[in-house]
Amino acid sequence: MSEPIIICRDVHKWYGQFHALRGIDMEVQKGEVVVIFGPSGSGKSTFIRCINRLEEHQRGTIIVDGIELSHDVRNIAAIRREVGMVFQQFNLFPHLTVMQNITLGPIYVRKWNKDKAEEIAMQLLERVGIPEQAHKYPGQLSGGQQQRVAIARALAMQPKIMLFDEPTSALDPEMIKEVLDVMEELAESGMTMMVVTHEMGFARAVADTMYFFDEGQVVESGTPEQIFEHPQEDRTKLFLSQILQH
Amino acid sequence: MTTTLTSQKEILPPPTERFTILGWLKKNLFGTWFDAILTVVSGLFIIYVLYMGFRWILTTAQWAAVTDNLQLYMKGQYPASEDWRLWLLMYLFALIIGLMWGVFLRRAEAVGWILLAVPVILALWMVKLERAAWLNLLIMDAAAIVGYFLGRRYPQRLQRPTIILILLYMPLVILIVRGFGESGFLPLVTTNLWGGLLLSLLLAIFGIVFSFPVGVLLALGRQSRMPAIKTLCVVYIEIIRGVPLITLLFMGQLMLPFFLPAGITIDRVIRAAVAIIMFAAAYMAENVRGGLQSIPKGQYEAADAIGLNGVQKMVFIILPQALRAVIPVLVGQFIGLFKDTSLVALVGLLDLLGIARGILANPNYIGRQLEVFAFIALIYWVFSYAMSYGSERLETALGVGER
Ligand SMILES: Nc1ncnc2c1ncn2[C@@H]1O[C@H](COP(=O)(O)OP(=O)(O)OP(=O)(O)O)[C@@H](O)[C@H]1O
Ligand SMILES: [Mg+2]
Repeated sequence: MSEPIIICRDVHKWYGQFHALRGIDMEVQKGEVVVIFGPSGSGKSTFIRCINRLEEHQRGTIIVDGIELSHDVRNIAAIRREVGMVFQQFNLFPHLTVMQNITLGPIYVRKWNKDKAEEIAMQLLERVGIPEQAHKYPGQLSGGQQQRVAIARALAMQPKIMLFDEPTSALDPEMIKEVLDVMEELAESGMTMMVVTHEMGFARAVADTMYFFDEGQVVESGTPEQIFEHPQEDRTKLFLSQILQH
Repeated sequence: MTTTLTSQKEILPPPTERFTILGWLKKNLFGTWFDAILTVVSGLFIIYVLYMGFRWILTTAQWAAVTDNLQLYMKGQYPASEDWRLWLLMYLFALIIGLMWGVFLRRAEAVGWILLAVPVILALWMVKLERAAWLNLLIMDAAAIVGYFLGRRYPQRLQRPTIILILLYMPLVILIVRGFGESGFLPLVTTNLWGGLLLSLLLAIFGIVFSFPVGVLLALGRQSRMPAIKTLCVVYIEIIRGVPLITLLFMGQLMLPFFLPAGITIDRVIRAAVAIIMFAAAYMAENVRGGLQSIPKGQYEAADAIGLNGVQKMVFIILPQALRAVIPVLVGQFIGLFKDTSLVALVGLLDLLGIARGILANPNYIGRQLEVFAFIALIYWVFSYAMSYGSERLETALGVGER
């Protein structure tokens, strides 16, 4: 196996006195799809946001694409160019059109010219299935469409890694599938993905490795088959039985 | 006879109430006994006030103190040979108003025509105007009409140029009014010759143009993570907000010279302008901060996540949204700033109020306070109301607060 694209060793994070991450170890290979799940407040968001330094870890090391995350601003900028992120609440820029949302990063961070950026944005919009919405504002789109724009916006930077933090949790049921389809296609194209989600159907179909988080720790990890069919820990079994009931 | 399908429900128009004046009166003014009494009492009161007002305006009042000195009220001692510059700016102003009206406010037709008619009516009323002034007012109207039709014709294409023109207009005013160089094309007109409404407007424009960026920087500084910058901004804002503008003006006029090396003098208008700018910037900063606080954390995070640096994040993502959210507040502040410029009269500058006081000191116009103050109050009101009306229309047109 080659060098992992993400390496986390003994990652700790405190919010004031509260110990939110308590020594996370994880390695992600190029092209691997990782699904993180676990109860609310278990530190899933905190962890995934440490990968592109939206949160700062206080102990341990995180190495992304060969660059160690540190206080050095240049390192952070370099990593953010390579890591795309999709949020639960979409976080599109409401004052910009879909096209402007997508091309902002490529134009000002990647320094592409506008024509090239727009051409690529158009291709991405076609890929996520909404080319006809390019000149609307986010507020004029449905939730599912907005989230697909958010995916296109992250992809426009041509990242090596995509982070998803509960991308379907804010969506109405009939829109979840359209977003999951896009993510599935992305996974098949070989993108390295780290996904926080409770969509177990998606996890079973797409994940290479699953991590079960509880109280800031990785309780159990393995392939979907191991996790779903032969969970070792009681906490995992309990949690799975709760969410699979629905 | 054939049978028709009767079971299908017809599509009916909504019931209409026939509008009659009597009906409207009854519904809105005389609905209940209490309403009727209120209507009658307030109606009588309004009639009384209007009657007294008009009687005073048309019979008792003597308008010589106003009509003899229109030039002074408008521009102070600004040399007559350079009047054309002011008129040129007025044409441009009319053109911009016309454009704005055509591009953004397309539905406000009636109001627009009234605005256009105002200069004409004023010209007719103020019989003392010379022919040049008549002509100039007519050209202004023409410019406004041209702007309006251009705006109507190409609303999409002219949107951006119009906004740019508005932004460029204010610095342009300062440049053209002041001029540069000894002689030649635009000879310098020193600030001690600026006066009247011209000076009031210029102080307001100075105040708006400079306090805005300073205020934005202060607001950003106040949010800064660097303690030194943050403290500096907080201290500045809180000190300035704790003192009345008039004290700043006095300090500028009386104390500043002590701090400057001997021989260096800064002209009094600039000193007043600086005091106004410093004052307005602190309030601007607080308003902008309100806008900044209304931006959800997710916007910052999304900007970070696509790799924008701090400046790009502010310029492209945060400030456009924050400022848009506080446009109504800022416009309110600009209007307040325009009216506050009248305080410079108290430190001896000849703005609109200063000129009025000067004219009242003239023995010929003894006892004409009421006329003079009513006149300048009307001028302040017209400008303030126009600003507030215009911005309100602009906000609706730009969809402020919708997205
Ligand atoms: N900014 C913060 N300040 C203080 N505590 C925080 C902060 N962010 C998160 N926490 C705490 O850290 C813990 C982990 O939060 P996190 O958001 O990572 O959980 P999560 O697993 O993503 O939960 P959910 O499924 O609800 O999104 C929670 O107990 C939360 O209250
Ligand atoms: Mg979360």
